[in-house]
Amino acid sequence: MNPHRKRAKTVDRVDSADSAAVSSESTQMRPFPSKPLSVDRVNSVESSDSSRMRPFKDKILLVDRVDSVESSESSRTSQFAGKVSGFDRVDSVEARVDSAGSTRMSRFPDEVLERVLALVDSHKDRSAVSLVCKEWYNAERWSRRHVFIGNCYSVSPEIVAARFPRIRSVTLKGKPRFSDFNLVPEDWGADVQPWLSVFSTAYPFLEELRLKRMAVTDESLEFLSKKFHGFKALSLLSCDGFSTDGLKAIATHCKNLTELDIQENGIDDLGGHWLSCFPDSLTSLEILNFASLNSEVSFDALEKLVSRCKSLRVLKVNRNISLDQLQKLLSHCPQLMELGTGTFMQELISGPVTEFKNMFSNCRNLITLSGLWDATPLYLPVIYPACARLTFLNLSYATLRSDELANLLSHCKSLRRLWLLDTVGDKGLEAVGSCCPLLEELRVFPADPFDQEILLGVTESGFVSVSRGCPKLRYVLYFCRQMTNAAVATIAQNCPDFTHFRLCIMNPGQPDYLTKEPMDEAFGAIVKTCTKLQRLAISGLLTDRTFEYIGKYAKNLETLSVAFAGSSDLGMEYVLQGCQKLRKLEIRDCPFGNAALLSGLTKYESMRSLWMSACNVTMNACRVLAKERPRLNVEVMRDEEGGDDSQANKVYVYRTVAGPRKDAPPFVITL
Amino acid sequence: MITNMEKQAQAYEIMANNKDLNLKATELRLGLPGSESPEREVVVHGSAIKILVAGAKRGFSDAINGGYGVGLVKNGGQETDVLVTPKPALLEKKTQVSDKLNGQSSSPAPKQQVVGWPPIRSFRKNTMAVSHTKNEEKDDPKIGSGCLYVKVSMDGAPYLRKVDLEIYSCYLDLSSALEKMFSCFTIGQYGSHEVRTRDGLSETRLMDLLHGSEYVLTYEDKDGDWMLVGDVPWDMFIASCKRLRIMKSSDAIGLAPRAREKSRNCTEPNNE
Repeated sequence: MNPHRKRAKTVDRVDSADSAAVSSESTQMRPFPSKPLSVDRVNSVESSDSSRMRPFKDKILLVDRVDSVESSESSRTSQFAGKVSGFDRVDSVEARVDSAGSTRMSRFPDEVLERVLALVDSHKDRSAVSLVCKEWYNAERWSRRHVFIGNCYSVSPEIVAARFPRIRSVTLKGKPRFSDFNLVPEDWGADVQPWLSVFSTAYPFLEELRLKRMAVTDESLEFLSKKFHGFKALSLLSCDGFSTDGLKAIATHCKNLTELDIQENGIDDLGGHWLSCFPDSLTSLEILNFASLNSEVSFDALEKLVSRCKSLRVLKVNRNISLDQLQKLLSHCPQLMELGTGTFMQELISGPVTEFKNMFSNCRNLITLSGLWDATPLYLPVIYPACARLTFLNLSYATLRSDELANLLSHCKSLRRLWLLDTVGDKGLEAVGSCCPLLEELRVFPADPFDQEILLGVTESGFVSVSRGCPKLRYVLYFCRQMTNAAVATIAQNCPDFTHFRLCIMNPGQPDYLTKEPMDEAFGAIVKTCTKLQRLAISGLLTDRTFEYIGKYAKNLETLSVAFAGSSDLGMEYVLQGCQKLRKLEIRDCPFGNAALLSGLTKYESMRSLWMSACNVTMNACRVLAKERPRLNVEVMRDEEGGDDSQANKVYVYRTVAGPRKDAPPFVITL
Repeated sequence: MITNMEKQAQAYEIMANNKDLNLKATELRLGLPGSESPEREVVVHGSAIKILVAGAKRGFSDAINGGYGVGLVKNGGQETDVLVTPKPALLEKKTQVSDKLNGQSSSPAPKQQVVGWPPIRSFRKNTMAVSHTKNEEKDDPKIGSGCLYVKVSMDGAPYLRKVDLEIYSCYLDLSSALEKMFSCFTIGQYGSHEVRTRDGLSETRLMDLLHGSEYVLTYEDKDGDWMLVGDVPWDMFIASCKRLRIMKSSDAIGLAPRAREKSRNCTEPNNE
């Protein structure tokens, strides 16, 4: 069997089938298909790292010419078509004298290849590069410094280490996204320790680790801090299983730390002492984010830390830091680019507000502002001097009202990204539309999502106002309690460039509140008009018609989130058949059954994962899927013992080259 | 290269060969289970298309007991009960929904809380809850006029509720409201308790109303201490109450032994 023939069409990550080529034999390569995929023109390759190559397209096109190559001794163009014979490791660079036209195929000198590839950053592009031919595959794997693993179970750490010998930076994502909303039990898995163990021998010089939805223990953090001597950057988002003791270890032992970014984790907060563990000798910190930790840190330690880290550009403190403490901090780091404030008010008004009015006047580089807990109209004007330069303003923890927001936004002409709470209401959103013409991203969060007796927040009219004033919108997350098809159609017309459209009508299955019709036409309008759409989250009363639209029009769609929608199996089938670029499909509480699940039989290998919970799928269908597709892991989470054909309540299907999980807990059954 | 059609054919072949898939059983149909409808049809009632979320299992059934909720509608301090049917999406397959759907298009349905919905991360949920309570304490007229929302949790209940303490004038009102709110969660008998007018400051009354001695109503005050509800005058109570908790009386140790003893005396014969 030639694995490359069966390879998934869109190969863009390590978790994709290109790893399959490695997994079978780690060093021996199978022959490539006779006609390689082609690469885009390389217009100019300069030796300096600052120059940028034109990005490769999704499918690599044939290399026509290299117009100018400065660094290497052979500056002529070469063209190659057909197979590359031989297997040369790029790290052994030999002076190559190719006879230009004598053979059907001549290669780039390895040096040139390496130079060129060193400039390719995007992992999508790199995966594409690795498919060209054996030589490029090798050049790519030796030159790759950063690996992105979108599903930690799609590949094993051993496979990664075998393929990429020189990694300095790893991004790793674990649990399915619905674990953020308590749909995945604890102890599901995604433990980072097996990765760290392999990396400690394979990548002792690892510098960066970014984890999302992984299970991390204090022991792992200590292991990380002690085994990797040059370790620089740690980012933990939505992880759980550790406490502030783990942070202590990081602060204590990582002598070269540049980044500590702790966001929204299930962390056991045992106190703020961890911050005091940074040694006085540590001056390299550039990014420090502890906004989501509850305990108070020693302000003295923080102030000293901030003072001695001259390269600090991102500082996000937690709520315990008061306004006057913030002022002191800012006086030490006026070079900050991103600031997350603490509580934006004073309990006891010790002096006039004017004492703070110069707080931001020296912060000439500030482009991002967040935090602003408890911000009130009394203190908000303090930030006005910095507003003109802001490109990202996160007010999603400030319970502002429409007039307060309007006053603030009148100063914020450069905003590209804005996060709000729905306390600002439709009137507040009108202000957004009139003040922020450059806006590209808007997220509106509900202040009281679970409150059933309050009917406040934003409606369809606020959204329409924003769309009128902000035609460049491409990313929207919008929580509301009522919506109409007509409004969404208008919004789509006003903002045809949407790439991410996430609409959450908070009451499940709610129709257009004016016409009482399903919201099918709303999402139909979106997918028809917004051809660049990559991510879509739908809500409201929806029939199969919505999915028919999605399958027919959303040709660039990569991620789809569905809840309480659809009328029959057809819904899911439309999507699986029509959305060629679909990578992630997550479904909950929909009437999709076995036929729907199995209609995607041949599709799932081209996707990262499928999640289906509280649908109509049974164990037998899952067994069939597992049997027919051995390169998928079909996992079912069970609550209790059932018979042979009982409901499969939570199903998680993902492609993998690592085989079934070895660490699955008892409630996870891999079929 | 396998074409799309061939892929499709492959998929269907597999399904056809697997008799145990029981596709027919999982096929969405109207009507009671066991009845064979001649063909599948999507039924449209008026302008709304019905959705039967037959597979809505754990998340829903855990959260909804009995399927019907009782909403409280504020009406100048008095409470009126509004018994409404849930939206069709929440009902299980067994029920015929068509008639109900026609009838209830205008009345507001109780929005039952569902696991993991709306999709908000825990950090935000917890943070906003704290923010809200803080705002209430400040008594700032700008923030929310005349609202004093506090969270009410009950041991063993899958989700929290919130009540506006401002709308009640005495402990009696509060306890009746809570009783109604949490009635679906209590184990044991739901008796109808006569609401007798009295200057209600008695914790005994509250015990009674909370189904004998099984639960006690407690609150967390401004200092973070957990107190038994009913000990202090009503005004003092609402000024200091940060949140409420319906606690199992066996857990209410050390709160007020005297009160606990009283509660034991009120034990109904069929409890424990």
